[in-house]
Amino acid sequence: MSATGSTVRGTEAKGGAKAAANTAPKSVRRRNAGLGLIAWLAGILFVLPVLWMALTSLHSETDAATNPPSLAAPLTLDGYREFFGAGGGPSPWFSLANSLTASVVSTLFVLLLALPAAYALSIRPVRKWTDVLFFFLSTKMLPVVAGLLPIYLFAKNTGMLDNIWLLVILYTSMNLPIAVWMMQSFLAEVPTALIEAAQIDGARLPVILTRVVAPIAMPGIAATSLICFIFSWNEMLFARVLTGVIAQTAPVFLTGFITSQGLFLAKVCAASLVISLPVLAAGFAAQDKLVQGLSLGAVK
Amino acid sequence: MRSHSRHRTRAVIGVVTANVLLASCAGAGSLATGGDTINVLMVNNPQMVELQKLTAKHFTKKTGIKVNFTTLPENDVRDKISQDFANQAGQYDVATISNYEAPIYAKNEWLKPLDGYLKKDRAFDQKDILPPIRESLKGEDGKTYAEPFYGESSFLMYRKDVFEKKGLKMPAKPTWPQVAKLAARADGAEKGMSGICLRGLPGWGELIAPLTTLVNTFGGTWFDKDYKAKLTDPGFTRAAKFYIDLVRKHGESGATQSGFAECLNNMTQGKSAMWYDATSGAGSLEAAKSPVKGKIGYAPAPTVKTKSSGWLYSWAWGLQKASRNQDKAYKFISWASSKEYERLVGKEFGWANVPAGKRASTYDIPEYKKTAGAFGETTRKAITEADPRDPGVQQRPTIGIQFVDIPEFSDLGTKVSQELSAAIAGRQSVETALKKSQQLAEEVSEEYEGRGQ
Amino acid sequence: MSSTPTATTTAPGAQAPRTRPSAPQAPPARLRAWVTRAPLLPALVFLIIVTQLPMVATLVISVFDWNALYPEARTFAGLANYGEVLGDPELRKSVLTTILLTVTVVLVSLVLGMLLALLLDRRFKGRGAVRTMLIAPFLLVPVAAALLWKHVLYNPEYGLFNGALHWILGDGAAQPDWVAEMPLGAVEASLVWQWTPFMMLILLAGLQSRPSEAVEAAWIDGASAWQVFRYITLPHLRRYLELGALLGTVYIVQNFDAVFTITSGGLGTANLPYSIYQTFYQGHEYGLASAAGVLVVIGSIIIATLALRVVSSLFNEEARS
Repeated sequence: MSATGSTVRGTEAKGGAKAAANTAPKSVRRRNAGLGLIAWLAGILFVLPVLWMALTSLHSETDAATNPPSLAAPLTLDGYREFFGAGGGPSPWFSLANSLTASVVSTLFVLLLALPAAYALSIRPVRKWTDVLFFFLSTKMLPVVAGLLPIYLFAKNTGMLDNIWLLVILYTSMNLPIAVWMMQSFLAEVPTALIEAAQIDGARLPVILTRVVAPIAMPGIAATSLICFIFSWNEMLFARVLTGVIAQTAPVFLTGFITSQGLFLAKVCAASLVISLPVLAAGFAAQDKLVQGLSLGAVK
Repeated sequence: MRSHSRHRTRAVIGVVTANVLLASCAGAGSLATGGDTINVLMVNNPQMVELQKLTAKHFTKKTGIKVNFTTLPENDVRDKISQDFANQAGQYDVATISNYEAPIYAKNEWLKPLDGYLKKDRAFDQKDILPPIRESLKGEDGKTYAEPFYGESSFLMYRKDVFEKKGLKMPAKPTWPQVAKLAARADGAEKGMSGICLRGLPGWGELIAPLTTLVNTFGGTWFDKDYKAKLTDPGFTRAAKFYIDLVRKHGESGATQSGFAECLNNMTQGKSAMWYDATSGAGSLEAAKSPVKGKIGYAPAPTVKTKSSGWLYSWAWGLQKASRNQDKAYKFISWASSKEYERLVGKEFGWANVPAGKRASTYDIPEYKKTAGAFGETTRKAITEADPRDPGVQQRPTIGIQFVDIPEFSDLGTKVSQELSAAIAGRQSVETALKKSQQLAEEVSEEYEGRGQ
Repeated sequence: MSSTPTATTTAPGAQAPRTRPSAPQAPPARLRAWVTRAPLLPALVFLIIVTQLPMVATLVISVFDWNALYPEARTFAGLANYGEVLGDPELRKSVLTTILLTVTVVLVSLVLGMLLALLLDRRFKGRGAVRTMLIAPFLLVPVAAALLWKHVLYNPEYGLFNGALHWILGDGAAQPDWVAEMPLGAVEASLVWQWTPFMMLILLAGLQSRPSEAVEAAWIDGASAWQVFRYITLPHLRRYLELGALLGTVYIVQNFDAVFTITSGGLGTANLPYSIYQTFYQGHEYGLASAAGVLVVIGSIIIATLALRVVSSLFNEEARS
């Protein structure tokens, strides 16, 4: 309860600080600092498991599995070495490349399909466009597992098993509804007056799209791509059922380090971090875009 | 370092482009195996990881056959293997199956019989395989459908030093009540040490395996010879209660999350005084780096009403019938299960790591005898004494010691283990758990009668 | 339900052809409608093929008694599978588990996300760094996150939680078996940890788009902090809260990785995706699993329709802008 109270005061403090910037009382500033401290604590709490994972990944397997945990244990890169296939172990590069293919290509496909669709749902909307949008979203509600068996049997009979292109297609369909939805709201933000003005000036459709629509929708497109990339990269259920040797993706490769016989903590932590790295890097770099994108075009 | 990483980046980009090109050229072409490459799906146990490390240097170099391995944790690997084999998808030429799957898969004609190959392959010496293991990998038709990579039974491991300090003595042939008493006295012998470590992790291959050996020796059974479910009969109930009681009172902390790996870790770190589990655990306890090396004593699986009670288990290579590269796949099997491979592991990784428990000749190798002296003979005896056709006090409907060899057992066993695990956690009584389990088992009985078995 | 926005927003589209002098004559209305529809079709057709056709196949399989372990014995079973699924107490329980899991995770991460967003909406030293730390959990691959919680944090022998207890309370510290003592809570905690940052991002975007004039005006009028929050911030955040709830629900209802990894469906944590997966891949009851799948789809459609009606305000407001 007390947390709610303090944050509410925080909102107030912000408004107040803006309204009366030059008369900002000391107490407000102090409260700001106090709340900043709380924010820092929360941030540390949330990131702590990740940091702990990083530390564990740098320990030897026996040091990783002690209680109480050994903070001062000697650091080693053995976990990473093992992950990268030292000593004749499996190499992760193929599965990383597969994940990259599946995520990047499916994201491109999603953009190719979703942009025109979103255009037809916002800038020049078809009749009953909200119903169409509902249909797109409703496919996202269908449980994936229910379709898994037919897809597996189909893949088996057409020789598409263990083929990365099957995952590309499935990931495209998995992300398409959300992408159409996000894009629709971004394109809806493009003021119709702007487009009409361009049309009156005699601009043709391609010009309107590239000069008028694209600049306004760009942050949204970037955010949508990022979201699609993240969800494809993370996907595991399809990947574990439909791939094997050739098309194995990184998350499936990661589970290969778990064994019911022997220690594996350091290895798994190292592998988890490396496999999460592309998403972490992309996400950290594009935080602002992500915030903008998730606002569905409401932030200008 | 930089050029190195740039090289790798280029490699990744290369594979990505190759993916794109391949698919656009081959269309929906299947990426089936063929040529000089075989695909092997296996469980991620240390023995398999070592195999993976030795294959390129020793097998591929000699034969030119490239082997692609997929390793997964045990539960995942079972799902994946049954999926691939049941649909005869042929993604994998060879997979690690156990003596549970072998007869079932053989009956469904998912496996290629190996007898033809074995007859020609003199060097392999099929007669050298320990008889119970050999028998358990045959189909109903008497043909051999899989070759063991390693075999195991179960026995009791205990800390000799702790027992001595506490003035305890392990009988040559312990009974379960004796073990319970020993566990009570050894409990807390050292700081944070539990009396015994027993699996509590759900899964038919985890908790169910040791528990079923208790059920057998307490006079119980899952099914009678007509597939009538017997989970609430006195024999089964007594065994389950005894097991759960023991693990709750003197077992490890976090029992419901403890399987083989966790107990091994407990034992290695001195957190358990006894451990009833697979004989293959001994190799790890006696490994060069193990802090408890040389401190462990080994006794046969404790009994009550039967003469012996150890289980019989083997990870073995099955050759998928739909494989398009059967001859090469057999060559791999023949190498991985060979005497030669055992010696190779002995030299490369140490004799305690040899995938043993399958060949009689292993126990004659002097180096192996020297390293495995403490547990080798107990293991061999446990395996050869196991009788998968008659493990209890009553007639059984089918083969199997720590499992019932019917396809439904993996599902049933897992569900029952979840009930029993909840009883270990104290979330329900053993009676309730067994009552629910009996219902589940009765459904299987009905199915079985319905199928006209 | 959506006639008003449609009517207003089609206006610019309808005007468009007039500004094309190159068209020799006005195309017939039907053709024009198809031209408007054309950009939509690829996505629509693709989605129908990839998501709807498998469902039809599932429907077909669901009327067969088909166990992959008995390849010979595949027979037509009519609606028997449906009867068996509806009579299965385990499956009914997994419906409850799914609802409980989804509602708990979505609500808790929305509330936490809101608190964090309110904190981050203010200026303080290192705000960017804190935001970066906060979103890290969302960017971790879900399987990796589940493995982290199961093995590195929860593990009763060497997990961080018990290790920390050991540090703080000394040798006699309680060493609970987290997953066994609160199985569903364990899964939920790991999911809340992953989804709170996501909710925070959405709500942060909402807060940053809040018209500051209104807040300032209210402030000058002497409104209390609670009033500002209750009457300005919260109404403004409503569509963002709805959006977060919707997206969160869509993904958490389908969660498989966390349940599969942390508890393997044991101790009463099997949700619907896991139960169906188990019937497929461990029970090999293809017919039964498909019947369960079909029932879940029907249930999802009903819930989805209701849910989408509720959030339709999202569309209406957009359409007006």
